[in-house]
Amino acid sequence: MQQNQHTASHSTSGDALDTFPKLLLSHAKRRANQPAIREKEFGIWQFWTWQQMAEEIRAFACGLAELGFQREDKLAIIGDNRPQLYWAMAAAQCMGGVPVPLYQDAVADEMAYVLNNADIRFVMVEDQEQVDKVLEIKERCPQLEVVVYDDPRGLRHYYQPFLYSLKKVQESGRGFDHTHPGFFEEQVNASTGEDVGVMLYTSGTTGNPKGVMLTYNNFIITGRNGIIREGLREDEEVLAYLPMAWVGDHLFSYAQSYVAGFCVSCPESAETVMHDMREIGPTYFFAPPRIFENLLTQVMIRMEDAGFIKRKMFHYFMEHARRVGTAILDGKSVSAGDKFIYTLGRVLVYGPLKNVLGFSRIRLAYTAGEAIGPDIFDFFRSLGINIKQLYGSTEAAVFICVQPNGQVKPDTVGTPALDVEVKITEDGEVLFRGPGVFHSYYKNPKSTAETKDVNGWVFTGDAGFFDEDGHLKIIDRAKDVGKLVDGTLFAPKYIENKLKFFPYIKEVVAFGNSKEYVTAFINIDLEAVGNWAERHNLAYSGYTDLAGQPEVYELVRDCVEKVNTDLAKDAKLSGSQIKRFLVLHKELDADDGELTRTRKVRRRFVAERYAELIEALFSDKSSHAVEAQVKYEDGRTGTIRAELKIYEAERFGIAELRQAS
Amino acid sequence: MNPNRIVGDVILEADDINLSFGGVRALSHVSFGVREHEICSIIGPNGAGKSSMLNVINGVYHPQHGNIVYRGKRIRRMRTHKSARYGIARTFQNIALFKGMSVLDNILTGRNLMIKSTFIEQAFYWGRAHREEMSHRRRVEEIIDFLEIESVRKVPVGRLPYGLQKRVELGRALAAEPQVLLLDEPMAGMNVEEKEDMCRFVLDVNDEFGTTIVLIEHDMGVVMDLSDHVIVLDYGRKIADGTPDEIRGNQQVIDAYLGVAA
Repeated sequence: MQQNQHTASHSTSGDALDTFPKLLLSHAKRRANQPAIREKEFGIWQFWTWQQMAEEIRAFACGLAELGFQREDKLAIIGDNRPQLYWAMAAAQCMGGVPVPLYQDAVADEMAYVLNNADIRFVMVEDQEQVDKVLEIKERCPQLEVVVYDDPRGLRHYYQPFLYSLKKVQESGRGFDHTHPGFFEEQVNASTGEDVGVMLYTSGTTGNPKGVMLTYNNFIITGRNGIIREGLREDEEVLAYLPMAWVGDHLFSYAQSYVAGFCVSCPESAETVMHDMREIGPTYFFAPPRIFENLLTQVMIRMEDAGFIKRKMFHYFMEHARRVGTAILDGKSVSAGDKFIYTLGRVLVYGPLKNVLGFSRIRLAYTAGEAIGPDIFDFFRSLGINIKQLYGSTEAAVFICVQPNGQVKPDTVGTPALDVEVKITEDGEVLFRGPGVFHSYYKNPKSTAETKDVNGWVFTGDAGFFDEDGHLKIIDRAKDVGKLVDGTLFAPKYIENKLKFFPYIKEVVAFGNSKEYVTAFINIDLEAVGNWAERHNLAYSGYTDLAGQPEVYELVRDCVEKVNTDLAKDAKLSGSQIKRFLVLHKELDADDGELTRTRKVRRRFVAERYAELIEALFSDKSSHAVEAQVKYEDGRTGTIRAELKIYEAERFGIAELRQAS
Repeated sequence: MNPNRIVGDVILEADDINLSFGGVRALSHVSFGVREHEICSIIGPNGAGKSSMLNVINGVYHPQHGNIVYRGKRIRRMRTHKSARYGIARTFQNIALFKGMSVLDNILTGRNLMIKSTFIEQAFYWGRAHREEMSHRRRVEEIIDFLEIESVRKVPVGRLPYGLQKRVELGRALAAEPQVLLLDEPMAGMNVEEKEDMCRFVLDVNDEFGTTIVLIEHDMGVVMDLSDHVIVLDYGRKIADGTPDEIRGNQQVIDAYLGVAA
């Protein structure tokens, strides 16, 4: 396979800073006393300087070597974002090994698959919970030799000989370092930018996850290009709270921190992220649309409960921001009066609101992964938060396209990133080529060849096109775009996203390919609908009960019909209005395999699992009985029974459409 | 469970306790011993005198006859403040926290006995007060970390769900760094998941700090799993005393309380 030229031009001799361990050692000299990573523990933010961090990593790396860790060995890393787990990444890389971060909420089966697929001998885990999971699958993973844990809590009476505490490993590593002078440097210098630096498993919307092997160059050059394009500095503040197994976290919280030298903060626990964010005040922030959505929903819910004056003030100034905020952010000209009111709003509403959200210091925020609702997007931008969409993938080390400053349109993903070329095939599929193009899929030359052609072009599987300004617009997965019986274009994602922009609706799955009309499964948002129910004196006992209430169905029907009016305006898509829908009795869940770990719907799986319900949707039945198996996080299973009602929604302009055709 | 925990000698002894309220005999001639580092459960039907027994141990009730012997010392009249000084802490069946105060402050109140600085020093935040606050806060933060309640640190206790309030109460008891911990129905009213969490915390406390634990519980699964030692009360009398296995096979206990599996 031909190496692409971008990466080739950057590979140089041993003293270039072309791997993360080399960057680490250089920071340890140049930024010795500046904080490198922070963690909140015992209620206080504690930090390690670059020098301290380099020392910790060195001890860990040598400890691994003493336990028999070889070059090209893989180190699986499982747990929440903890400094020690980020050190584990660097430690493995120091020894010429490859870190393989896993999703921390993966159930044992998924974990066993990856550990076996990647031939993993060494595992670094966070705590007892993860140790227990590894012990559960130990028998199925015969090659597993060493498990290192960070937090000893609850592990005092675990006597398995292959379990080591991080402290012990580091301690013996220091001894090893002492008796083998020069060994560590030798190992660090033996790697170059061309080598595989990390292996990230794709979330796998289809089939088993694949291990994507990425080189140091992939991340270092892509990371540096991002820094150049956005003007990032060494004093950025970043909160590392997204799964370490996800390519975005690897780029934003690891690669770019090492390249630019900024400090990364790890939250105290998954539940405290919002608090911690407020305390840290990140300047550079990444979140999937879901999180921005939740923030907006929370703000709106809390405003409903606020006093009369505050509420009036909030709505007045938000309305003003909606009109002029984005223009001010993009540096367009705005009348002096509007500017004055906006400044007043900044003091009274926008500033305090941003402070509550932890966005006071934000200079750049990215969102990606799914389409973001225009309302949500505009809400944050109008507050003066420079949030931009990007389009990326694991195979690209994140960046393919980014919205340029000042030219942000809610429905596009912007222009190609620095050094990245993008083209569209005749079928409308998006291809890219650039410095971030992955090395290969682990032990899967067939998939590699299918995804990456000989010239380095990667097939994304997404359907899209460039608009008149050269911005890329993504409609859907290429394979998901279908047609109704009458030939109308059916882009399920497009319809689903429109519905998901309503705060009451959390998840939607639309069906209609080769059918006469479009139908949908809907998940309500428990928090938003629950709050709505409270205000309307509606009693309910839980998700299933609430979802089945006729009032809730009416609420959802309202949303569906609004979307239908919207679709009716578009000549191409007017025929794909939703005719029948039902509100699912349970939330789609990653533990049941219905969502991926990054919370995308696994369409085929859902279609198979709920085949009966889909059949009912395309019949004229008005209800259908279901019984569903649910799997809890601890592995137990339970059953939910319910009688699901099916509602019809009004469609607009269909008759005229029929007559016309 | 854990094979290595060393259960020591008897440190807490009830010696022939008689307690009555007017004509009602709450406890009659109850004697038993709790050994150091063990988890000891007191079980029995409603009204058997379980809570009364805990109240006698930490000095809320004073028995008409009999004594508590703590670490070889016979205590004629146990007082609540005395028992706290001896290192006996407890939680209550009906949560007894300061509802309007934050989780952090509630747990800090558990440190009360360990505060050495005077009122004046505290008022001016001067001298020992400053140093002490730091060390107490640190200890409280360790407990918060231990009980995994970081996310509600600053939330008023009254706003927390029941299961978490129970956990905070355990936290306050732990703040006193007790040698003996009395837990009155720590899992009552909890769902399965909350119960499992609480069990794990009880085991962890016992394990990490070596705290001797006396608990009252109705869930037999929990009792049999957790305990080293079970005492059965019925109508104020002790009807059995032994390991979980012995209790399970005891005919008298089966008749009075456990019943027969259908």
